[in-house]
Amino acid sequence: MVMVDVRNVRKVYRRDTQEVPVLDGLSIAIDEGDFVGLMGPSGSGKTTLLNLIGGIDRPTSGELTVAGQALGPLGGRALAKWRSRTIGYIFQLYNLIPVLTAEQNVELPLMLVRMSGKERRDRARHALGIVGLADRVKHFPRQLSGGQEQRVAIARAIVSDPRVLLADEPTGDLDRKSGDEILELLARLNREHQKTIVMVTHDSHAAERAHRVVHLDKGVLSA
Amino acid sequence: MAIPLTYNVRNVLQRPVSTLTTAIGIGLTVAILIGALALAAGFRASLVSTGSPNNAMVLRKGADSEISSGISRAAAEILRSHPSVALGADGRPLASAEVVLVANKPRLGQTGSSNLTVRGVDPTAIPVRGKVSIIEGAMFTPGTDEVIVGRRVAARFANCAIGDRIRLQQRDFKVVGHFASGGSAFESEIWGDAAVLGPALDREGFQTVVYRMKDPSRFEAIKRELEADPRLQVQVQREQAFYAEQSRAFTGLITGIGAFITGIMAVGAVFGAMNTMFATVGTRRREIATLLVLGYSPWSIMTSFVIESVFLAMIGGAIGCLLALPINGITTSTTNFQSFSEMAFAFSVTPAVLLAGFLFSVVLGLVGGFLPALRAARQPISASLRAA
Amino acid sequence: MNLLALVFVNLGRNKIRTALTLMSVMVALFLFCALRGVLDTLQESIKAGAETRLVVRNAVSLVQPLPQSYKPRLEAIPGVARVAKSNWFGGQDPNDAKGFFAQFAGDDDYIPIYNDDVEIVEASAAPGPVALPRGADPRLAAYYAEQTACIVGRELMTRKGWKLGQTITISGTIYPGDWPMTIRAVYRAKQKNFGEQTLLFHYTYLEQKGMGGSGLVGIYILQLADPQRAGDIAKTVDAMFLNSSFATLTESSQAFQAGFVSMYGNVPFLIGLLGIAVVFAILLVAANTMVMAMRERVSEFGVLKTLGFEDGTIFTMVLVEAAIITLGGGIVGALAAKYMLAGVNLGFLPPLTIYWSTIATGIVIALVIGAVSGLVPAWQASRLVIVDALRRVD
Repeated sequence: MVMVDVRNVRKVYRRDTQEVPVLDGLSIAIDEGDFVGLMGPSGSGKTTLLNLIGGIDRPTSGELTVAGQALGPLGGRALAKWRSRTIGYIFQLYNLIPVLTAEQNVELPLMLVRMSGKERRDRARHALGIVGLADRVKHFPRQLSGGQEQRVAIARAIVSDPRVLLADEPTGDLDRKSGDEILELLARLNREHQKTIVMVTHDSHAAERAHRVVHLDKGVLSA
Repeated sequence: MAIPLTYNVRNVLQRPVSTLTTAIGIGLTVAILIGALALAAGFRASLVSTGSPNNAMVLRKGADSEISSGISRAAAEILRSHPSVALGADGRPLASAEVVLVANKPRLGQTGSSNLTVRGVDPTAIPVRGKVSIIEGAMFTPGTDEVIVGRRVAARFANCAIGDRIRLQQRDFKVVGHFASGGSAFESEIWGDAAVLGPALDREGFQTVVYRMKDPSRFEAIKRELEADPRLQVQVQREQAFYAEQSRAFTGLITGIGAFITGIMAVGAVFGAMNTMFATVGTRRREIATLLVLGYSPWSIMTSFVIESVFLAMIGGAIGCLLALPINGITTSTTNFQSFSEMAFAFSVTPAVLLAGFLFSVVLGLVGGFLPALRAARQPISASLRAA
Repeated sequence: MNLLALVFVNLGRNKIRTALTLMSVMVALFLFCALRGVLDTLQESIKAGAETRLVVRNAVSLVQPLPQSYKPRLEAIPGVARVAKSNWFGGQDPNDAKGFFAQFAGDDDYIPIYNDDVEIVEASAAPGPVALPRGADPRLAAYYAEQTACIVGRELMTRKGWKLGQTITISGTIYPGDWPMTIRAVYRAKQKNFGEQTLLFHYTYLEQKGMGGSGLVGIYILQLADPQRAGDIAKTVDAMFLNSSFATLTESSQAFQAGFVSMYGNVPFLIGLLGIAVVFAILLVAANTMVMAMRERVSEFGVLKTLGFEDGTIFTMVLVEAAIITLGGGIVGALAAKYMLAGVNLGFLPPLTIYWSTIATGIVIALVIGAVSGLVPAWQASRLVIVDALRRVD
């Protein structure tokens, strides 16, 4: 089954009067359970593609179908709701809320669904257990290392059990060892929990973990 | 080494919305302070200008206002012929024995009534007072039931136009003139001949005697002499001092209320300024760290931020002055509880009042900027440089 | 954790800012309620007068007296149940010349007229049998037995530290000299707008010592048998004396009080204006704070939205955050005004009254300030485009 289906997508940014095409008629299909690495030079449109798949940005033209849902017809609210159930997002700079504990950060996505406080907490702890931070639930982000922060971010991404994980240079700000741990964790989520993963990276070492690597250049796929 | 002022000025102007909201908050506080001070200054100026330092004002011993005073005809005669009284060109003493009473009259063009002072005067009252001049119509003719009306009464009370008849007790008096006296309290009075008004209003004797002193520098001696005279039983004040004293209670009240309100608002405004400055310091951590690395001392960083806060507050001060300026000259009225009658006076936004308001804004800036500036100066360099 | 908890966590993010803003709103609402209190007290002082009592004064002005000989003629008017003489004294405590309080001299009929408004709470024992005026509280026997006796309001007693039975001296400004008086009774106001800061003493004392047999009195107070006929009776009184040398002006005691309030001229208007300025100034402070607070969190809003938070949820969160700050400040400020200022002596007026409705208005205003100040940042936060928000690094 195709999990992510991108068809003939164009994305053009306007800068003053100039139009800058970022994605230029791009099509790609990603199967369920796949782990795809997206590579390419800066400005090639990797992050834009990821944002389009995650439904946090909209294409200028073209169609996207993710997890069986065509994104085009969805309005803002519906898209937000869909996102919270279907997509887990992992950022380069973790983007944890500094005033919340690890556990509270992980709980955030669960606050959007009806659920008892206890169940929310249990699920958050379970997610933190999966990423190996069961002993760090009450820590604030500033008390954690970069690698640990990123693992909290991953726990937050998986806590609502989404089918697709989108990672934007998840190891970009980490040392080699922590980076490897994160990549191993993603591989495990892909392997054991059947998450479909799309990972943007410019690090070929990181890309080796993916089942397949797609190269982007100037908004089009380059073999 | 000092950080150039332009750095602060540019920073303040770079966030116009935040600057403006903070400055307007300070500005309103300053405007209210100026308003209260202008009100007090106007009231005071009006009463102080009422009296002349060259005139002696004689009241019954123990009386704290004209209406609670009483001078018998005999005492008034003794005073009139006293050697300390200056003589007019016609050789008559410049002394006015006056009947003062309060009349309740309907307001002009609105419902309700208010008290005003009716003063029966000697025809010499105008030369004695000096500043009083007829601006419309004519002076009352002594011995008749003609009266003249202060221009502020004419503007606020019914039946006070020239030619109108105004009823006092059982008699109608004819308004023949309007007079001005440089914004003083007399403009809120009605004047007629004491010889007519007294009997018409069942007054025996007078309330006060006011006279021009031949030699005002001898006032203290005159005062001692008259107050010691057992036939008189009076107290003597310089006319100006009497009116200044009258203004004290109200001026004190307004200043007190003004200080209370301004004080409380100032707390709010300072909090606002502190918030803004803390935010400024917060968003400029890297800049501050860079300046520290470049060799600026924490002291100069602190000074710089305090200056920025003061600059911000001064914009507020200027706004406050501009907001308050239009009230200058606006006439308002209140009851002077000393004379129990309504007195009109104008807000007086004097340069001193404006300066006080502006300096107040500077103080607000200093107070509001201090803690944020301290935080800026004390922040550790390394952490700030790393902060994104 | 739930959304509200998240809002509270956000409030704790910058404690100094939250506290400063909260306190700004607090002082503003304190001031607002205080000013409203003054205005309400002014209005309230009108209500201290009853529609059912008439006040007869000299037509020229309140300061002009009336002849005492009017009393029997007033009593003879049908519908008039009782007539009392009353005179403003205008004295002061020689030890505390600035501490204003009102003194009235009244004749024997004076106190019984106010039977519905005041109640004697403390009184000296009478020296022997005393003939009391009709309707007078028997506890006032000692007062009626002694010409230099006086009755003092409970609050005035406390303020001055006077004791029942104490002889105090009042120095007259209108009626010169020292006036020794002995406190023989203490009253309490049954209606709060009546005030408890007044001293009452015998008219005969004033007349004999201070007026030298002039036969004059300040005002008459008329108690009516049939309050419905107040208007007619007032007209009758004024017609009766129209052509005498002491024409009268008769009005309900409520209108009489209203006359006092109107003496304040523009002051109430200015107070109202101040209230608006205060609220507006604080609105600016609060709005500025909220904008600053949100600007710092732009990228976090981006994250929340990525996680699936809807625009409306973000909007509500920001608005609730603003409302909590202003509501907190508002409640504290308004209640502080109520508990710290209520009962403050305002000279001629009844003690400062701050109604619960004023507190409620204050709290509503605080909420409105919160809503308005949060509106712009809430809108901005909810309209953030995720991609831009995430890119922005502050």
